[in-house]
Amino acid sequence: MRQEKFEALERELKRLFKTYLEKPELAGLILLVLLIVLFQIRSHGVFLNQDNLRGILGILPEAGLVAIGVTILMISGEFDLSVGSVFALMPMTMAILMVHGAPFPLALLAGLLVCAVVGFVNGYITIRFAIPSFITTLGMLFMARSLTVVVSGGFPPLLPADLPTWLFTSFVGPGNMFRMSFLWFAGIAVLTSLMLSRTNFGNWIKATGGFLPAAASMGIPTARVKIVCFMLCSMLSGFAGMLQVLRLGSPLPSIGEGMELQAVASAVIGGASLAGGIGTVMGGIIGTTLIRVIDNGLVLSHVDANWFKFAIGFLTIFAVVANAWMRKRAKAIKMEG
Amino acid sequence: MADAIISVRNLHKWYSGVHALKGVTLDFRRGEALGLVGDNGAGKSTLINILSGVHRADQGEIQVEGRPVSIATPRDAMDLGIETIYQYNSMVPTMSIARNLFIGREPTRFSVLGVGILDQKKMASESVRAIANVDLHLRSPDALVGELSGGQRQGVAIARAMHFKSKVMILDEPTNHLSVKETRKVIGFVRGLKEQGVTGVFISHNMHHVFECCDRVVAMARGEIVLDKRIEDTSIDEVHGVL
Repeated sequence: MRQEKFEALERELKRLFKTYLEKPELAGLILLVLLIVLFQIRSHGVFLNQDNLRGILGILPEAGLVAIGVTILMISGEFDLSVGSVFALMPMTMAILMVHGAPFPLALLAGLLVCAVVGFVNGYITIRFAIPSFITTLGMLFMARSLTVVVSGGFPPLLPADLPTWLFTSFVGPGNMFRMSFLWFAGIAVLTSLMLSRTNFGNWIKATGGFLPAAASMGIPTARVKIVCFMLCSMLSGFAGMLQVLRLGSPLPSIGEGMELQAVASAVIGGASLAGGIGTVMGGIIGTTLIRVIDNGLVLSHVDANWFKFAIGFLTIFAVVANAWMRKRAKAIKMEG
Repeated sequence: MADAIISVRNLHKWYSGVHALKGVTLDFRRGEALGLVGDNGAGKSTLINILSGVHRADQGEIQVEGRPVSIATPRDAMDLGIETIYQYNSMVPTMSIARNLFIGREPTRFSVLGVGILDQKKMASESVRAIANVDLHLRSPDALVGELSGGQRQGVAIARAMHFKSKVMILDEPTNHLSVKETRKVIGFVRGLKEQGVTGVFISHNMHHVFECCDRVVAMARGEIVLDKRIEDTSIDEVHGVL
């Protein structure tokens, strides 16, 4: 009797262990915790104090939203290098419209519409001509950046003074801990996460990226699924760009440069597979947080800031290797009977 | 023919200049297990792809239960009760058994324009039942399909087809790369289809497997049907002879 109970418990533990090893974001999460502890010690307790956390959380939403979009697109089996350019194009579109008298909500809608169009073009061309999205979006990276500079006339337009910045950048919460942008970020993260795990559309995204022929033969509209993911990715990037512009107070045409690769690194550190089918929104967020933590932690620990890119590069490779190893371990745990 | 569940009439298909199907006319009878044999490029895959909505015929007519139909997408085929089980591409290895069972046909609690919240409770309970119904022993519907053996995957695909009450089940080379034991299971399953009133279309290179579980054998060569006989009226040698 006791023996049986013990065996049941052991089986349950084994099952739990296996389930967690299979989670794609686990490696990133462990690294994140380790780094936070390390930086907290190295910085003599400054890292986790309120002011520093406020700084990290204040800019996290911008990179985080881009990473969410890139992660979802990657799960569907595609790739977007144009997010950094769209990040600049969207707020620039808004700024130009507002300079010409458009009210903020209208400009916001128009900006998101521009993003949706960019995403649609990315997806449509990729699928219609069966070319790698790496190429399509590389082209779009240059085109969208160029458009941003052209429409700005080379000089950033002045933003009107009466913008509803309170809705996006004001500090709120206990001890003014968060910016409003963080609430947008958290809300969008929860919604996209639920979309992936709890809706049939999320199932289609994973199936499309996991094994395209199976998804297609089961009647999933794979082309439409991918195009929607491209559009979502562009819109999230544009929205994130707007958050940054509202925070900085000026629509610089150069913002978001290099962001595409950091977003890919975030997604990959968070366990998303370049081959598609695997990944979570939470993973993308963990990856982004990790990068922000390193950026900040290195400075606080008085390490030459030029090591930042080295650290991200190293982590990207390390996280993927660790993930592959854990998946193999999980697979080795057989649960028969 | 009155008892035909699917009738194809004078089906033609060209692939960039190649005449892959040259006027195929064939009746699939209700409750019959039909073995479709032929060499690579004989046209059997083309015929199956047209019936399962992957390709469209350039010419000819398809009737399901006496009514002319148009099968433009895999979804159309499934809605008509035609389920196809491919050797490789019917499962997503990175997803769980439960998720795989319902790909594209997920039960939702409510939905807007076809997109909605998954009914996970229903998915879990129905997938347990579906798997048990085909006598598969798997630890849990949450296991990833990528961890299953080839035979188990085939079993899950069959469970899926049964669960959605398909009338015609097309099995494309289901015994390829399976162990002897697993092959026996698949063959036993094709034999059992008749009792469930399901028409089976069994495509195989292995003539022994076809003769073991089918009622009728149809041989194709160069885009045409070259032999169509009941199993008891022919022999493996005769079929080999015409191919």
